[in-house]
Amino acid sequence: MALLQIAEPDAPTAAPPKHRLAVGIDLGTTHSLVATVKNGIAVCLTDEQGRALMPSVVHYRSDNGIDVGFDAQNARVTDPRNTIVSVKRFMGRGTKDVPHIEAMPYVFEETPGMLRLRTVQGSKSPVEISADLLRALHTRAEAHFGSELTDAVITVPAYFDDAQRQATRDAARLAGLNVLRLLNEPTAAAVAYGLDNAAEGVYAVFDLGGGTFDLSILKLTHGVFEVLATNGDTALGGDDFDHRLYCWALDNAHISPPSDEDARRLQMAVRAAKELLTLSEEAPLRLRLASGEEIDLPLNRADFFDMTRPLVQKTLAPVKRTLRDAGLAPADIKGVVMVGGASRMPHVQRAVAEFFGQEPLTNLDPDKVVALGAAIQANVLAGNRQTDEQWLLLDVIPLSLGLETMGGLSEKIIPRNTTLPVARAQEFTTFKDGQTAMSFHVVQGERELVSDCRSLARFELRGIPPMAAGAARVRVTFQVDADGLLSVSAREANTGKETGIHVKPSYGLTDNEIADMLRAGIESANADLAARALREQQVEAERLLEAYAQALATDGDLLNGHERAAIDALVTRLRQAAAQQDPSAIADSIAALSRATEDFAARRMNRSVRAALAGHNIDELQHLQP
Amino acid sequence: MPITLTERAAQHIARSISKRGKGFGIRLGVKTSGCSGMAYKLEFVDATLNDDIVFDSHGVKVVVDQKSLVYLDGTELDYAREGLNEGFKFNNPNAKNQCGCGESFNV
Repeated sequence: MALLQIAEPDAPTAAPPKHRLAVGIDLGTTHSLVATVKNGIAVCLTDEQGRALMPSVVHYRSDNGIDVGFDAQNARVTDPRNTIVSVKRFMGRGTKDVPHIEAMPYVFEETPGMLRLRTVQGSKSPVEISADLLRALHTRAEAHFGSELTDAVITVPAYFDDAQRQATRDAARLAGLNVLRLLNEPTAAAVAYGLDNAAEGVYAVFDLGGGTFDLSILKLTHGVFEVLATNGDTALGGDDFDHRLYCWALDNAHISPPSDEDARRLQMAVRAAKELLTLSEEAPLRLRLASGEEIDLPLNRADFFDMTRPLVQKTLAPVKRTLRDAGLAPADIKGVVMVGGASRMPHVQRAVAEFFGQEPLTNLDPDKVVALGAAIQANVLAGNRQTDEQWLLLDVIPLSLGLETMGGLSEKIIPRNTTLPVARAQEFTTFKDGQTAMSFHVVQGERELVSDCRSLARFELRGIPPMAAGAARVRVTFQVDADGLLSVSAREANTGKETGIHVKPSYGLTDNEIADMLRAGIESANADLAARALREQQVEAERLLEAYAQALATDGDLLNGHERAAIDALVTRLRQAAAQQDPSAIADSIAALSRATEDFAARRMNRSVRAALAGHNIDELQHLQP
Repeated sequence: MPITLTERAAQHIARSISKRGKGFGIRLGVKTSGCSGMAYKLEFVDATLNDDIVFDSHGVKVVVDQKSLVYLDGTELDYAREGLNEGFKFNNPNAKNQCGCGESFNV
C-alpha cells in the first residue's frame, strides 16, 4: 500500500476548466456517425445536407480521388471493384475468416496478418480504408467546430478481439485522431440511455448492427456503469439478412449469374425491400438489370420473416449464454435497449420481447445511440465533466487470460468478465534443478488445455540463477488497460531480472474463433476437467521419475539388489501408467512408488546428515590436536 | 459507518492544517485511475460542497462526498511509517484487492 500525502484541493471551483473538444465516433459496418456534447447535450453532427449517418463506403477513383459516404454510394453500382463497403468485417482478418467472401466483388490479396484489397489506387489494407472513413468524419467535425480537433472515443463491438481493436486504433492514428478510449458499443448505448433516463437497475443491450451482433448485461447503480457480462457473434448482422434475401431473389428470379454491377444493384434493391418491410406489409422486388433481364418478385413480411427466422434464432443463443454468465434470469432484466439499424425489424423486436417478457426500449434512435454515448464518454475523458455528474465506467474482458504451465495446461490469471482496467499477478517457479530460463506462453480462452485456447504471445525470462527446482520465485503480472489491451511482465524475485511483452497479437484469426471458443469452453467443461486431471498426474509422475533417477545416480549404492528390483518394477509400472489415459491409475502408481521409496529417502537423508556431522567432527578434532 | 482517523493521523492533519494557515478539514475521496480501477484522494478542504458529509474524528473535520462514501464506508485513515517513507494509509474494509503498486484498488 502506497503512502499518501495531503494534496491541495482541485482548482475547478475557482476557474471553470477550458472546454476541450472531443467527439464520439461510431465506426459502423454499414454506417458511421460522429457526435459531440454541446451545452451538456449529446448531438450527432450532420453533413452539409443535414444527414447524420454516413454510409461506410469508400470509392477509390481512377483519377486518384477518394469519395467517402454518400458520394461513394453511387459508385457501388458503376465501379464495384473499387468501392469498398462493410470494411469493418475485414479489420484484423485474413481472407479465410470472412464469410461469403466469394460473393464479394473485390480482388483480395492474402498477406501475412491481414488481408488487403487491390484497387485502382493500389493495394489497400482495411486499416487504411477505415482511416479514410474516419478522416471524413474528422473533417466534418472540424467544420462544425471551426477549429482543430484531435481527441475521439471510438466504439468497437464488445466482441472485437485484440487484433481488431488494434486495427481500429491504427486506423484512427492514420486519420490523425488521438484515441481517448476504445469503447464497447453496448456500453456506449447504455451511457446514452442511462444518463438520459437516469435509470437504475440491470439492463440488457441488444445490438444488431450491419455486420455484428452483441448482447451485454449492464448494471447501473449510483451513477456507476458496470458490464456484468457480454457475448455475441462477430459475423451476424443486417448484412446477413440482406444476403439471405439476395440468395432468395437469385433462386427465384431465374436469371443468368449476374455481373458484379448487377449483383450490386440487386443487393441495394433487397436492402431497400428489407427496410420497407419494417414499415409496410409488402415490398415487391422489381428491378431491371444491366443485362436486360428483369426481376419481378412478390415479397411480403411473412415470407421475409420465414426465410430469416434462423438468423433471428441465432441471436438468441448468445442472449441465453450471456444471462447464464451473469447468473440472471430473463425476469431480472429491468429493460432491454435496442441498438443498431437491424434491431428495427419487427420480428427481431418481437423475438426479444417474447424472450424477456417485456417490450424493448426504442425511444432513442437505434442508429445514433452508440455515437451519442461515445460523445458523452469523450466529453468526460476530455475533462469537461461537471462535479455533479461524476461517474465511473467499468468494462469487462471477454475471454479469460492465462499462462501455459507444465503439461500444456492453461492457468487462468484474469478470469473473463473481470472489470477493466485490471492487473493481476501470480508467482511461478522452476520445474527442474538449475533451470536458468523460463518460457511464457500467454493464452486466451476458457478451455483447460492450452492447445484448445488461442495463443496470444510468447516470451522468455533468462538469467535466473541456478537453484533447486521450486526455489526460484517468478512473479508474472498481467495488466489490461481501459481499452482491453494486454501487457504481461515477469520478474524473478531474487535477482530482479525482468522481461515483458505488450500483446500486439498477430492479425488474421478465424472469424468465429472467440464465439466458438466460448461455446466449446462451456460444452466441454467436463472433458476438460478430466484432461486437466490426467495432465496433472502425468506431470507429477514425470517429476517423481526425474527425482528418483537423480537420487539413484548419487545414492544408488544405498539399495541392495533386491530392493532395487522391487522399486524398478514400480518405476516401470508408473511409466506405463503415465503413458495411458487413466489419471487414477497414475495416481495409484505414484503412491505405490512413493511408499516403496520412503525407506530409500530416509537412508539418503541419514547419509547426508551424517556427512554434514562428520565434517564437523573432523574439524573439531583437528582443532583439539596440538 | 463513519470514516475515522487514528489518533496519529488526526494529530498529523491538525499540524498540517495549522502549518498551511487555513483549512476547514481534510477531504477523503476516490477517483478513477491507476491499474486497478480507483485511487484514493486526500486533500485539504477550504469549503464543503452540497453533497458532502462531514465526520468529526479526534477533533478533525473529515469531509467525504456521497459518491466516494459508497467506496469508503467504514474506512480508517492512519498515518504510518514504512521504512524511510511516512504518509497516510487507507484501511478500507470495502477494497477487495489492490494493484501491485498499491496506487489503486477495486471493490
